[in-house]
Amino acid sequence: MSSTTAPLAVRVSRLLPVPAGAGMARMLVERNVRSYKHGWIALVTGFLEPVLYLFSLGVGIGALVQTVTTDSGEVPYAAFVAPALLATSAMNGAVYDSTFNVFWKLRYAKLYDAVLATPLGPRDVAVGEIAWSLIRGALYSALFLLVATLAGTVTSWWALLALPAAVFIGFAFAAVGMFVTTYMKSWADFEWVNLAIQPMFLFSATFFPLETYPPTVQWLVQLTPLYHGVALERALMLGQVDAGIWWHVGYLVALGVVGLIGTGRRLEKLLLT
Amino acid sequence: MTGDTPDGDLLLRARGLTKTFGDFTAVDGVDFAVRRGEAFGFLGPNGAGKSSTMRMIGAVSPPSGGELRIFGLDPSTDGPRIRARLGVVPQQDQLDQELTVEENLWVYGRYFGLSRSQVRERAVELLEFAQLTERAKDKVEPLSGGMKRRLTIARSLISAPELLLLDEPTTGLDPQARHLLWDRLFRLKRQGVTLILTTHYMDEAEQLCDRLVVMDHGRIVAEGSPRQLIEQHSTREVLELRFDTDDHAEYAGKVAGVGERVEVLPDRLLVYAHDGDAAAAEVHSRGIEPLSSLVRRSTLEDVFLHLTGRTLVD
Ligand SMILES: Nc1ncnc2c1ncn2[C@@H]1O[C@H](COP(=O)(O)OP(=O)(O)OP(=O)(O)O)[C@@H](O)[C@H]1O
Ligand SMILES: [Mg+2]
Repeated sequence: MSSTTAPLAVRVSRLLPVPAGAGMARMLVERNVRSYKHGWIALVTGFLEPVLYLFSLGVGIGALVQTVTTDSGEVPYAAFVAPALLATSAMNGAVYDSTFNVFWKLRYAKLYDAVLATPLGPRDVAVGEIAWSLIRGALYSALFLLVATLAGTVTSWWALLALPAAVFIGFAFAAVGMFVTTYMKSWADFEWVNLAIQPMFLFSATFFPLETYPPTVQWLVQLTPLYHGVALERALMLGQVDAGIWWHVGYLVALGVVGLIGTGRRLEKLLLT
Repeated sequence: MTGDTPDGDLLLRARGLTKTFGDFTAVDGVDFAVRRGEAFGFLGPNGAGKSSTMRMIGAVSPPSGGELRIFGLDPSTDGPRIRARLGVVPQQDQLDQELTVEENLWVYGRYFGLSRSQVRERAVELLEFAQLTERAKDKVEPLSGGMKRRLTIARSLISAPELLLLDEPTTGLDPQARHLLWDRLFRLKRQGVTLILTTHYMDEAEQLCDRLVVMDHGRIVAEGSPRQLIEQHSTREVLELRFDTDDHAEYAGKVAGVGERVEVLPDRLLVYAHDGDAAAAEVHSRGIEPLSSLVRRSTLEDVFLHLTGRTLVD
């Protein structure tokens, strides 16, 4: 009934799985910045965890292990774990906002019900929230990078690219985190988030090289997004850069795009009833 | 404007508009049209489908069937363009609890693409209107229910909408705040803003609406101006009788034939008659002794009662 009157762009966009929006996602980011001015302390605490790990493990285990053998030689243990903890910072920042905070806004505060009554559409909500979460992830990473540099664990100029790389990690985790959150029914469901994050944190070649694991486990580890984040950051921060990093970037971007579109679709289904 | 209707001043048109939730039909094929500058009301008992209809008009709820055009646009494809021209007061306030009162206005205005200076400027006047200037820097959470409602109403006006959708706007407002809102709505209407509202208050409907529809079980059961509806569905006057009894139904037979029609309410009988005083005299001459008897003009509430079998505020 409407196809005769709708503009071509609208008809094309209906064929694609992209949820509707008005290109105004930045307004939601602005809203979040404003809301964090009231609760900035929450921003600070989330960043501390990886820093504490850097000092406890880098110093503690570093005293026992001293060096790790990588593709291009021996590196000090602290320099080996620092990139992994940087990737973890990006993950933590992104996941915290895109899961807990989004759940509260979605189910309790009904924020998106109000937002969707304005020109903003579900795509804007998805893009805005995911962008905000990845900004938070990137912010944590930047702070971590600063600490790691001051601690003397950064040796290559390639490390300058560690921050843009953290944006890809934040994107992937924010998008998947928010997508998963749209399926959650109660706070108890967040145990599943912990159940996914904890093993990933421990086993994504974070604290020891991938080659330490048996082949089947290696294969499993390589499926997880944090592994690709860690591998990407490690290549950059140790200056061991080759074309393989594009594979990691591609994986993270693909995951992010799927999460983003899925989130928009879910919001449409949940809120535009 | 590209999307505007060819048929001139029709702002909104629904034909066979339907909304289903699973197998339940909340809105069952309604037809209505609203002209530019009109104040149009939906009346109906709880669950009649008013809010479901309002949400479809607000382009946040896709119709399950029928046709809906708002500003000549199809909400299923042009949602953002439609919503950019709407102001919405939902039945439940959905204020941003993490922000302050004034930030709620600013941020909401920004969602409409207004500049920062524009939203600040407009917020000053709207806070004044909502009588919340002193609370501007407070969080929303501790505000009273009526204050939150006033803020929700103020927020809907920040984008200077062409069409204002008000779902039970005055529920929870004190009489003074209600009159302030009515006054504001009259002024907006004079400026050419179109109003669509739902209410459970008859005086509000009579005061504000040029035209209204009564919904029941998802259908429109009557349509017209308040005066037309009273003329069509009620008598000129009503005689209200109270008796010393727990069950007023037992008196219904005794007064039968006094007027055109008798309605039994839990606490009184309503006798519909052209001449209320004559009806009262007739009751007296039959030797029936009510505790109290009162003659009044018919109101929309009588229309509502007749059409839906229910009192308006339940
Ligand atoms: N999202 C939903 N899912 C399932 N049923 C719904 C949903 N929204 C509304 N309904 C049902 O549709 C019917 C109409 O609801 P609606 O809110 O439109 O009524 P209303 O006329 O606004 O009533 P009230 O005066 O109480 O606000 C109700 O029976 C309600 O339970
Ligand atoms: Mg309602």
